[in-house]
Amino acid sequence: MSKIRVGIPGALTYYLYFPLWQRFLTELGLEVVTSGRTTKELLDAGVREALADVCVPVKVFFGHVMALRDKVDCLFIPRVVCLNRRTVYCPKFLGLPDMIRHSLPGCPPIIDERMDVREGLAAMVGAYRRIGGYFGRNLVQVLQALARAQVVNRRYNRLLQDGCAPQAAMALASGTGAPAPGREAPADLVFGVLGYPYAVYDDFLNTGLLSKLRQLRVRALTMENLAPRLWAARGYDFSKRLFWTFSDRVVRVANQLFESGNVDGIIHVSVFCCGPDSITDKMMELKAKGHRTIPFMTLIIDEHTGETGLTTRLEAFADMVRRRKGATKCSK
Amino acid sequence: MGQSYLAFEMLMNDLGHEVIVPPRPSKKTLDLGVRYAPEFACLPLKILLGTYLEAIARGADTVVTTGGVGPCRAGLYAGLHERILADLGHPMRMIVLEPPRLRPLEFIRQLRMLNQAHLSWRAYWEVIKKGWGKVRALDNLEKLSHQIRPRERQRGDTNRAYARAVAMVGEAYTPSDIAEAERAATALLRAVPQDPDRAVVKVGIVGEIYVLLEPAANLEIEETLGHLGVEVERSMFLTGWTRDNTWTLSTHGMTVKDAAQPYLPELIGGHGRDSVGNTVLYAKRGFDGVIQLAPFSCIPEIVARTILPRVSRDHNIPVLTFFLDEQTAKAGMSTRLEAFVDLLKRKKQNTDSPGGAQGRYSA
Repeated sequence: MSKIRVGIPGALTYYLYFPLWQRFLTELGLEVVTSGRTTKELLDAGVREALADVCVPVKVFFGHVMALRDKVDCLFIPRVVCLNRRTVYCPKFLGLPDMIRHSLPGCPPIIDERMDVREGLAAMVGAYRRIGGYFGRNLVQVLQALARAQVVNRRYNRLLQDGCAPQAAMALASGTGAPAPGREAPADLVFGVLGYPYAVYDDFLNTGLLSKLRQLRVRALTMENLAPRLWAARGYDFSKRLFWTFSDRVVRVANQLFESGNVDGIIHVSVFCCGPDSITDKMMELKAKGHRTIPFMTLIIDEHTGETGLTTRLEAFADMVRRRKGATKCSK
Repeated sequence: MGQSYLAFEMLMNDLGHEVIVPPRPSKKTLDLGVRYAPEFACLPLKILLGTYLEAIARGADTVVTTGGVGPCRAGLYAGLHERILADLGHPMRMIVLEPPRLRPLEFIRQLRMLNQAHLSWRAYWEVIKKGWGKVRALDNLEKLSHQIRPRERQRGDTNRAYARAVAMVGEAYTPSDIAEAERAATALLRAVPQDPDRAVVKVGIVGEIYVLLEPAANLEIEETLGHLGVEVERSMFLTGWTRDNTWTLSTHGMTVKDAAQPYLPELIGGHGRDSVGNTVLYAKRGFDGVIQLAPFSCIPEIVARTILPRVSRDHNIPVLTFFLDEQTAKAGMSTRLEAFVDLLKRKKQNTDSPGGAQGRYSA
């Protein structure tokens, strides 16, 4: 009997939880299929099917689902609601399984188990247990698989903190890839590149932002490169906590970077029409006004983002920061 | 929002404040808001920011507004507005009323802060009850106007009567005055000459609360529809919403949730789930169509919009969506509404008389 194939679309939460879910499902004796990197075809397909008003990462997600739907027996799109007791995910994540189910025809069954740690101490175990139950696995098997998956997940997060790119880290964490030769690209500037993982790490969507920065001899410091202990306890001067996990994280990391002054510039990678970012970006902008020594730029990406335009802006920003750094050195 | 300011003006006056009523949101208000608000912020944030700036120009120094606990971003707007206004050199005092269930003590402290006239709690309760009664009277009048407008014989009669009716209730002060004014205003509206034989299609309006309640934001869609011969029923009124969020869910709220359950089992913030649930309910009640109103970039409504085509197919009810922003123009909206209403009328005609040869809805 061949294994049941479970599809995990390579977008949105993929960049954070794929290693965990992949190992978990593999340990349960299932075959995990993913749609790989975003390509032009995937994006075009998503743009065609999805509503015009959704943000481009969701369109990309639609594209990934469409690429997978004929190849797998079921789709794994858990409803990630809250994983830290404090903040919830963006409303689009909360309604993601429903959007897929009700607007994409011909999808295989969707596993949309709700993940919300506010439900109780054993909420996550319960969620994974129900997922295991879906495939007829018992509690012992689920717990065993979950424990092994957690090991991989921890290793993956550590690799990210060491500055590994997600794709390489995924391969390393699950033990399929060899460690990359330790050559650090030459860099004389450090930029904080902040934004949601699915915008910062999707090379196609942001037209290779991170590799472009490398070519400009800039080391990019992303949100995942910083250990949570550096920013988790850091508050921000706002009357209320931001409701959304990623936005809350972006603002905390931005505050940490602005205040510690460890970077030469900060780039906020935002997505066109992103609701939470309308607040996040304004807060960062207002924060930047109080830290004139660290230049701040917002890049907004969407499905029309052209490579040349982005390159020009990055070059100009890097040049400006470099010149400024030289000038301050001379004046000292 | 809408005419409810009349009641809040009275309430704040009773509590010993000098009230500055900002002008009705206009193009200028929106321009002001757009200039200083984040680009992707939704229309309500921009209009409110513009309104605050206009109120500041008239001498306001305190804003009383409501909060929220997400995941809709409107709950963060008060804080953001405060920061933006401070950055522009207008430090304002913001009194943000949060749902009392979460921090009851904080809520009471804020209520005391608002109480400049040092009323006793009992008197406080009385003035709130009175203000509430006024909001309810205004809501009732508005509902009635939606029923009368499509049937008026002389176009514009309803608008004139409604303006007078609102003014009557607005001037009333004591609870008995308000009740009396409401009775008189209702009679006034009912006196508008109507054509009982006119064929009228019924359309339900769902969507995000601010653009539903503020005619300046939705470009008086209900009036436009009324003149096209459509009886409008709005899924949300201030009295309905505040009740749901202040005390427990009413039975109405429960049914909306149940109706949305097969399509959207999760509370996604804002009014996304209500939009889906209400559409199902309208279909079940035999409405001819549904119009969804949402501010551009409103995520909960986008999620709802993605699901609505399925609801529309399953329940055989046409749905038209408007995403409103500072670029929306009334002419474009009217054209789309006319086309939509035409389709509804034709659909109704075909279902009423299968042959469809001689319709009651001749153009």
